[in-house]
Amino acid sequence: MHELGIVFYIIRDVKKVAEENGVSHVSAVVMNIGEVSTVIPDYLTDCWRWAADKEDLLRGCELKVNIIPAVTRCEDCGEEYETVRYGKECPHCHGDNTFLVCGNEVEIKEIEC
Amino acid sequence: MDPVKIIEIKKSVFADNDMDADLLRKELKQRGVFLLNIMSSPGSGKTTTLIRTLNLLKDRIRIAVMEADIDGDVDAVKIREATGIPSIQLHTGGMCHLDAEMTRQGLAHIDLDHTDLVILENVGNLVCPAEFDTGSCANAMILSVPEGDDKPLKYPLMFSVCDLVLINKTDVLQCFDFDMDRCRKYIRKRNPRAKVLPVSARTGDGIDAFAGWLLEKVNNWKQ
Repeated sequence: MHELGIVFYIIRDVKKVAEENGVSHVSAVVMNIGEVSTVIPDYLTDCWRWAADKEDLLRGCELKVNIIPAVTRCEDCGEEYETVRYGKECPHCHGDNTFLVCGNEVEIKEIEC
Repeated sequence: MDPVKIIEIKKSVFADNDMDADLLRKELKQRGVFLLNIMSSPGSGKTTTLIRTLNLLKDRIRIAVMEADIDGDVDAVKIREATGIPSIQLHTGGMCHLDAEMTRQGLAHIDLDHTDLVILENVGNLVCPAEFDTGSCANAMILSVPEGDDKPLKYPLMFSVCDLVLINKTDVLQCFDFDMDRCRKYIRKRNPRAKVLPVSARTGDGIDAFAGWLLEKVNNWKQ
């Protein structure tokens, strides 16, 4: 439900980069989206199509999404594990002194023009 | 056809907003204005809690309120009528949250030279407002008893960004399967530094503790 707001941020950032590099049309924007970032890729690309086509710079521009798997590390036993499968509790030692290593990204990786 | 040129960006989408929010916080610090961002789901009792609290505080500090909603101005009118405190309504234009720039635009309509505390009542939603730093000096959230004690597990980000969690509607605790200790435990799991205060906006129970917390925050901010 916040995907549209995020799309507006992406458009603002891409416009700035395009201007700095003298680019008149962008053919693709590549995003890194973490598995537990709360951004739903399908919604993001849907909102993107609607908003991007209103801009000359981005008309027809594709939004490509790389999904970054979420990994959690346990402070108690030092093991890493899949966040989505096991959640906050470490499957190795059952401690909950854990923190997210990656998987929270909402990042513009690059643009293709 | 020209070969495709790739320009690497590698930048978080939230980076600009985070920077803008930090800047806004610095400006507020310089002006001695404390901005509290209150978040919750719709119907948790934000406005009623505020009215109770503001009536306790309004003779001691100078307060203004910004109500953020997708549409309508019922909350701003309600606050103004019930407390006499200047209250403005912000419309997010369909967006599910406020960001630092929208907050800044709202603050432009408030007489900050004569204000100690600005309360921002964010859009009722437990997901999106947690992701966008508004530039506030502290975040509070209201969880009401009928919503259930498991909400910290379901909406971890919201609970992890809050300095204060108010558990509202404690007057109906007996009617619900809400375990206060379990809720506190879940909150601590997500955010050990969050303070938890049970309140009832209807009976006024616990509201003085919230008012005291706010007063202390405002005074510390001004030093």
